[in-house]
Amino acid sequence: MNISRRKLIVSGFAATAGASGLAAAARLAQKYGLIPPDHGGIYGPGETLTYATQRLLTRHSLAREFSRSQISPRPFPNELAPPTEEFKRHQAAGFSDWRLAVDGMVHQPASFSIADLKSFPSRTHITELTCEEGWSYIAEWIGVPLSHVLNLAGVHPEARYVVYVSMEPDSFDSIDMADALHPQTFLCYGMNGSDLPVPHGGPLRMRLPRQIGYKNLKFITRLTVTDTMKKFGNGCGCVSCEYGYAWYTGI
Amino acid sequence: MATLGPAQLPAEASVPSGVSTAPVTKLAPRHSAFVRVTHWITALCFFALLVTGIEIVISHPRFYWGETGNVLTKPLFQLPIPSSRKTVPTGYNYVLPDQNGWSRALHFETAWLAVLTGLLYVIAGLVTRHFRKNLVPSKADLSWRALLTSFAKPLRWQRPSVTEAYSYNGLQRLTYLFVIFVLFPLVIWSGLAMSLGFISAFPWAVNLLGGRQSARTIHFFVSLALVLFLFVHVLMVSLAGFWARTAAMITGHTRTPKEDA
Repeated sequence: MNISRRKLIVSGFAATAGASGLAAAARLAQKYGLIPPDHGGIYGPGETLTYATQRLLTRHSLAREFSRSQISPRPFPNELAPPTEEFKRHQAAGFSDWRLAVDGMVHQPASFSIADLKSFPSRTHITELTCEEGWSYIAEWIGVPLSHVLNLAGVHPEARYVVYVSMEPDSFDSIDMADALHPQTFLCYGMNGSDLPVPHGGPLRMRLPRQIGYKNLKFITRLTVTDTMKKFGNGCGCVSCEYGYAWYTGI
Repeated sequence: MATLGPAQLPAEASVPSGVSTAPVTKLAPRHSAFVRVTHWITALCFFALLVTGIEIVISHPRFYWGETGNVLTKPLFQLPIPSSRKTVPTGYNYVLPDQNGWSRALHFETAWLAVLTGLLYVIAGLVTRHFRKNLVPSKADLSWRALLTSFAKPLRWQRPSVTEAYSYNGLQRLTYLFVIFVLFPLVIWSGLAMSLGFISAFPWAVNLLGGRQSARTIHFFVSLALVLFLFVHVLMVSLAGFWARTAAMITGHTRTPKEDA
């Protein structure tokens, strides 16, 4: 009788401690931004473990950079959907009317032309672009750090994500502020010494060397700074998520 | 003898070569609970990792050596299978449906479960002296004669003797140690070496393997070695008596010679 009562008390304590421990861990994880938008469903635990671990280990780490001699002679651009009429008009005009809008949780919503972006301090890195399918290539990427453009617009302190929208129909994706402010995250307008070719996303693509290719969206026209993914797609802020692909692709 | 606990093997069967003529009468636990639980979690993970791994390979069944590789570069080799991407020249005039989304998600989720289970297994194995008792071969086990006998017997499709149900022979011990301490760590390492986030923090993990495409190719071959192990493992279990051995890995108990007789 005594033993079973003791057992009951001990297991009661253990269960309470376990439950409150889990709840505390969840609160801490939420507070420190360790829970990805696609944390639900059967793959949620895996996505959350990967994202949380990599955020703790790799928040400031830099993607490997390569030497000029390692640049792939023939970078594979992957297939593209046929261009829309709107895109063809921009292409015919040499992208002189292309605008990048910055809105959402910023002090000063803004809009930049490609010439504006090129007038900002430009940066380059020679990094690998890696497709989730397995193939890859190395190129020199030229652009303006996303953080520079975000700082010009003035990001609210409670902002958590940057959603970026492509001119391709139904194409948008998003990253957390750690990646948005990362020094290697570029609004990329050049590649291997010239303007970014259209097959590679010209005139403007997102370049995130610490994430898989599909997060490096092509033909960027808008950045929206937000603290929630609720209004974006199915709540994951990412079109690929609607096709079962992960939001975070550091793996 | 005095130190034998209920979870330990009968003294007669603890002869490392596993060949003993002494009668075994006690109903002894063959596998401890932690071995049984981690075995089946690992088996489940392996199945999920294999299926999803194949799905991912189908999206680009070409392999390269070095840092980079794509359809515009020469592959090390290409698997003669159709692909789920029309950008890959396969020689087949059809494209399989894209399964990469859920395959990647399940691959990484089960990889987490497998790695955590593996860590638990190694810690428990050290604490309970499982490796020392059951897997590290003795000098006698490692004699060429003993190893050759262990190798030749199943080749002649000879069932193991009854007492061998209680202990592993030298060849089994070496194989299990190789899988646990060489193949599993290699497959985890080469997998992590493909993770862009991981290698940004630990670049040596991929550089030591000779680049990201080399890591992918190594991951493929180590997985093949693990599949080969699985085939031989199931074949040997079948030779020894599939249901009896499987039951031992579920309940912990194996049949006594009396029951076999």
